[in-house]
Amino acid sequence: MTNVKFPRKEFEKHIKLTKEVEEKISLFGTPLEKIDNEEIEIEVFPNRPDLISLHGFMRGFKTFLGNGSGLKKYDIKNPEKDFSVKVFPSVNKVRPFTVCAIVKGFNFDDEKIKEIIELQEKLHFTIGRNRKKVAIGIYPLGKIKLPIKYRALAKDKIKFVPLDAEKEMSGSEILRKHPKGKDYAHLLKDEERYPIFSDAGSSILSMPPIINSKETGKIDEKTKDVFVECSGSDFNTLSKTLNIVVTTLAEMGGQIYQVNLDYMGKKITTPDLTPDKMKISVDNANKVLGLKLKEKNLRGLLHRMGYDYKEGVVHVPPWRTDVLHEVDIIEDIAIAYGYDKLIPEIPNVSTIGEESTESKTMRKLAELFVGLGMLEIQTYHLVRKEDFDIVKAGEKIEVEDSRTDYRFLRTNLINNVLNVLSQNKDKDYPQKVFEVGTVFSRDNSGESETGIKETNNLIAAISPGNFTEIKQIVNYLFASFEIEFKLKEDVNSCLIDGRTAAIFLGDKKIGYFGEVHPRTLKAAGIKMPVAVLEMNSDIFIN
Amino acid sequence: MPKETEKLAEGLSPLERKIIPFLNLSPREIREKTKLDSTSLLRALKFLENKGALKIVVEKNRFVELGSNGAYYKKNRLPERRLLDVLGEKRTLGFDEAKSSSKLSDNEFKVSLGILKNRGLIEIKNGRIEMKSERSELTKQMFEEKFLEKLPLKEDELNDEEKSVFEKLKKRKDIVEVREKKIFTFILTELGKKVAGREFRNDFLEEVTPEIIKKWKKGKVFRKYDIYSDVPKISGGRKHFVSEAVEEGKRIWIELGFKEMSGKKVQTSFWNFDVLFTAQDHPVRELHDTFFIKDFKGKISDKKLLSKVKQAHESGVEGSKGWNYKWKEEEAKKVVLRTHTTCLSAKKLFELKKEELPAKFFAIGRNFRNETVDWSHGFEFNQTEGIVVDENANLRNLIGYLKNFAEKLGFKKIRIQPAYFPYTEPSLEGAVWNEEKKEWVEVLAAGIFRPEVTAPLLGEPIPVLAWGPGFDRLMMMANKINDMRKIYENDLKYLRNRRAG
Repeated sequence: MTNVKFPRKEFEKHIKLTKEVEEKISLFGTPLEKIDNEEIEIEVFPNRPDLISLHGFMRGFKTFLGNGSGLKKYDIKNPEKDFSVKVFPSVNKVRPFTVCAIVKGFNFDDEKIKEIIELQEKLHFTIGRNRKKVAIGIYPLGKIKLPIKYRALAKDKIKFVPLDAEKEMSGSEILRKHPKGKDYAHLLKDEERYPIFSDAGSSILSMPPIINSKETGKIDEKTKDVFVECSGSDFNTLSKTLNIVVTTLAEMGGQIYQVNLDYMGKKITTPDLTPDKMKISVDNANKVLGLKLKEKNLRGLLHRMGYDYKEGVVHVPPWRTDVLHEVDIIEDIAIAYGYDKLIPEIPNVSTIGEESTESKTMRKLAELFVGLGMLEIQTYHLVRKEDFDIVKAGEKIEVEDSRTDYRFLRTNLINNVLNVLSQNKDKDYPQKVFEVGTVFSRDNSGESETGIKETNNLIAAISPGNFTEIKQIVNYLFASFEIEFKLKEDVNSCLIDGRTAAIFLGDKKIGYFGEVHPRTLKAAGIKMPVAVLEMNSDIFIN
Repeated sequence: MPKETEKLAEGLSPLERKIIPFLNLSPREIREKTKLDSTSLLRALKFLENKGALKIVVEKNRFVELGSNGAYYKKNRLPERRLLDVLGEKRTLGFDEAKSSSKLSDNEFKVSLGILKNRGLIEIKNGRIEMKSERSELTKQMFEEKFLEKLPLKEDELNDEEKSVFEKLKKRKDIVEVREKKIFTFILTELGKKVAGREFRNDFLEEVTPEIIKKWKKGKVFRKYDIYSDVPKISGGRKHFVSEAVEEGKRIWIELGFKEMSGKKVQTSFWNFDVLFTAQDHPVRELHDTFFIKDFKGKISDKKLLSKVKQAHESGVEGSKGWNYKWKEEEAKKVVLRTHTTCLSAKKLFELKKEELPAKFFAIGRNFRNETVDWSHGFEFNQTEGIVVDENANLRNLIGYLKNFAEKLGFKKIRIQPAYFPYTEPSLEGAVWNEEKKEWVEVLAAGIFRPEVTAPLLGEPIPVLAWGPGFDRLMMMANKINDMRKIYENDLKYLRNRRAG
């Protein structure tokens, strides 16, 4: 989710903000988050990166509010002399694609420069997957000599002064020392050659996706014309991104020129602003939406969302990245129609509701314990390393890169319960608690999909409590479910020897109970005696 | 008997009845007469205070009392007295002899010698102790001895003579000490004065016993209890508020005709992401968003489904263009802690047979995301969602169901706006009107599953409506909790005392 802020003053140069307009902003699919005298903040969903900048947003929103002028067309001029980029095979391994454009004739001011930089950053972050998939470079054309080369060079042979630096640095130095280099070093990890753009005078323009050169890599108020490149791993995404950038620049008053790309003999001209075409059927739209639209209505609604429509075919703006299927267009039809105008209707479909047997059993179990005057607790499924130190149980199953200390799946519930008792040692006694919850273990049978077995366990602890009291609970529990069980003497490192029982169902051990050893209690910081029962509770399911 | 006296009489506990005849006396005297210990006496007085018969006055006093040595000397005489006694017989003695016959320790001997010398009772001459005073002098009680006899005394009531003795004794080890004591006295009220010293009938019945029931006779009277007096606190067994909310949620779904789905918390990425058309490079599939399980690799048993899902991602199904990238089976085999219950919906759709349609299902339970913990975030959270699988379902139906669902949750007003979720299209968000805070709260996420999801799972793109509320958010609202950490804190005091219902 991306939130973008527009200065209110700039916004109102396009549309005056009224209560009605504010409501329409949210109904356009860009929820209005905040509005005050200075700023207006909206949320742009990841499927619509074309709405991230003010000019991009206005292109869509004004059409939505207005009479629906359909697909916006831009004047795009053919490449002039030397408007070309040669792509070398050396980039294949590291960052294989680029698409480029030239845009001329701006009148930049502070606000516009800010808007472009923000657009660039937000696109990097969203559609660009943090520069991995797409990185965008914009250069003042006046400072570079066309044509351009895109190639990869040995990391130590690359030498230029990057933005925000004072002296020349090598490619590997930039990754080690430059702040941006450090941030994005992982994208070039293990590479020997780094990609660069260089001009006809052999100056390095940039080292994507890390940083531009200080000399040629920054636009300012004096910049009239720009060279734009997008580099990355997916040609299609790059093309869409370039389209978003150049049409936004055109919205600001620029004139788009194409650039010839030479991919080792294969010639491509970019940007390509030909609309995508997608079939749509009025029936399908009506079926999904529950409406009775005619083709005429449909056309009108499509125009309001910036599409063109001709005989069952929708022309999709070339800067839209999210239209994969007819349903994506149908959603836009609904937005144009107005979500607030869709009349709710519950179909007359009768079905019978039902609780699952598993959750029903767990609920009954909890009710028994509540009836015994016990408090239910709920603890985390993930536990810390030190939690295993109280009672060791089973092989650890660990998650990768947890952002907290909680990084192991619990293999029992007793550790959690002892933690709870320890944290409540200054609260009133007696303390009687229980929990029914999932525990995890390795499944070596090869039967499960994930290699991890999940069972529901039940834990009950009473403090102060003794063997008799916990055994009474066990007897009561099994009697309530009419299940026969057997006891055997058991040894458990955390319980007192001779006061520990294993519960058997047939010849399978399903749990244990007994008095917790003072050694364990002391280690857990508990000052009162505790009697405990832990067992598999799945056995109570029918 | 005047009315208030009568009322008092009917409610007297055995303990109170015991002390009333002696209420004109001091607490100490009452204890002597009744043989009650001080705690019981105090309880009885408190009962009577509650009934307006008297007022307890607590006085804090500093008392001079015997110290541990003081108590010993009181019994075995002061050291100086013992030395004096020895000297009284012999008149003159050598140091060693005097010390051994008086049986004093080095220290006691030294101190006693000093005291007696200061008082001019003895003299040291040529290494011997000589008695100076008359024998009759010696039989007189010393001030110190008199003082010890009188203890305990109130510190602020000591006279000049006592004060100076006290000062002297204070310098010696553990002979006297000062202790603060609370003394309870009481003042009788008008009512109290009327009843003090009187005897009341004591044939009132106390606790109901099986015996009383068996032999019940008309005319017997129960003692009236003071219904206002405090009783010890108790607390009962309760479910955790998360369980209560889960049950409430289940009840709503079931009433609306939904069947519950249950399933595992550990899933393959395939079920958690891929079947839900979440591209393999989607940020949610990165380590800093999702918990991947170390060193585990899952399996995808249905090869047909696998190839359909792969196609949906790479080149699309049912007229979709797909995500247009190379889909990797290895990525789909990674094992994760489920990030939503939608993976259960996906599995259910895959099992579902066409004859079973239309069908409605719901899931409710714990999910996981790799998050730090603060007031509004946690790495474990609860979610619930329902799906309607119906060939004729549409967006207006979805809004209808949502409205109905919100009403069940207790919200009359609902606002629907466009939204985005990776696996639904169209998608929408429902906000409900919080009457208390006068604001819209976004709590419902909803949409129709994309054909790229339904076609591989169901064999054809049958509409599946799906929605779910922000469960933890609603639960926190209902329980007036404003810190997410509180949910799994398990503070027994809170769990015991929280508001019911």
